[in-house]
Amino acid sequence: MTPLPVSIGAAVASFLLLLVVFELIRSRRLRERYALLWVLTGCVLLALSLWRGGLNTIASWFGVTSYPPAIIGAVGALFILAVLLHYSTVISRLSDQNTILAQRLALLEQQLREGR
Amino acid sequence: MAELAAETPLPADHAVLAQLGELRRLAIVPAFNEEASVGRVIDEIRAFDPGFEIAVIDDGSTDRTAGMAADRGAYVIRLPFNLGIGGAVQTGYRFAFEHGYDVAVQVDGDGQHDPAELPKILAPVLTGEADLVVGSRFAARGGDAYRSSAVRRVGIRLFASVVSAVVRQRVTDTTSGFRAVNRKGIALFAADYPHDYPEVEATVMCVKHKLRLKEVPVAMRERSGGRSSITAARSAYYMVKVLLAIFVGLFRRYAVPPEEEHR
Repeated sequence: MTPLPVSIGAAVASFLLLLVVFELIRSRRLRERYALLWVLTGCVLLALSLWRGGLNTIASWFGVTSYPPAIIGAVGALFILAVLLHYSTVISRLSDQNTILAQRLALLEQQLREGR
Repeated sequence: MAELAAETPLPADHAVLAQLGELRRLAIVPAFNEEASVGRVIDEIRAFDPGFEIAVIDDGSTDRTAGMAADRGAYVIRLPFNLGIGGAVQTGYRFAFEHGYDVAVQVDGDGQHDPAELPKILAPVLTGEADLVVGSRFAARGGDAYRSSAVRRVGIRLFASVVSAVVRQRVTDTTSGFRAVNRKGIALFAADYPHDYPEVEATVMCVKHKLRLKEVPVAMRERSGGRSSITAARSAYYMVKVLLAIFVGLFRRYAVPPEEEHR
């Protein structure tokens, strides 16, 4: 069974994550679109921390009997991987758009100079 | 010019020039800090054929590259920051596409491509034999006159076999940026061009789009100024990146080239 302090600590940490994400959205420093994965991460981690019986059951599915909270760490790592991969696609899209903008700008500037 | 005609009996310069006739033709010259050589490249293209219009793509140079090109009356397209050779060359193809050019050639601003060799890469495009013609340093049998580091030679040979297998056609020099295309090629490259180290992928892309590829032997010079953009340290990255791109490209449905009126 998960030690109670571990559950409390994990729950507080997950709740803090959700709070920080909420505050970032509220102050318009984080777009909802890019916050969704973080909110999902916070909610799943919070659920795993509070629902102690469930964590035990899930841990037993994977043969983790000695220390069920390891599952929280593993799930957290998976979600962080998902967030990172998502950001890689975002960066790729931004750099493609950036290239197109630079090309358009250069072509328009050239036209402007020729037209003078 | 007479000298060249003697070296290369066919196609003779004047025959190619005659075929160029009224075609609108553009030389795309990508240049990144090439103030020492870009002027001479422009002069030499004009010396071959004054009918060529020249677009120098200044890829965020910090030297006088743009000024040198503007002084000689070339179109100068200044990118606001360095995009790398792929982004720069595509800018040239977009320019060619939007301004309705019929034929475009790519000539590096560093002077390693000899504009006197232009007839060789232009001839198959003009006769309608190919849509993309690549000037190869190695196509001539036994003629490995071009000197480069051992690592680069291994890489070049590896790409040659991979690309030859993918396009089912013998290709010897996939990294050559000395190329000529017709309007179909211009339209394709304006719509879609690879990033970073684009030549290998562009060749594969072309064949996937059912454009006809032809390689012709050309002589290339040592660089007359500036530094190669491919250092030894980047070679490994280059190889892995390009091989990944070719592999993934096999599973990709390519964008259709835009209609002529599409921008």
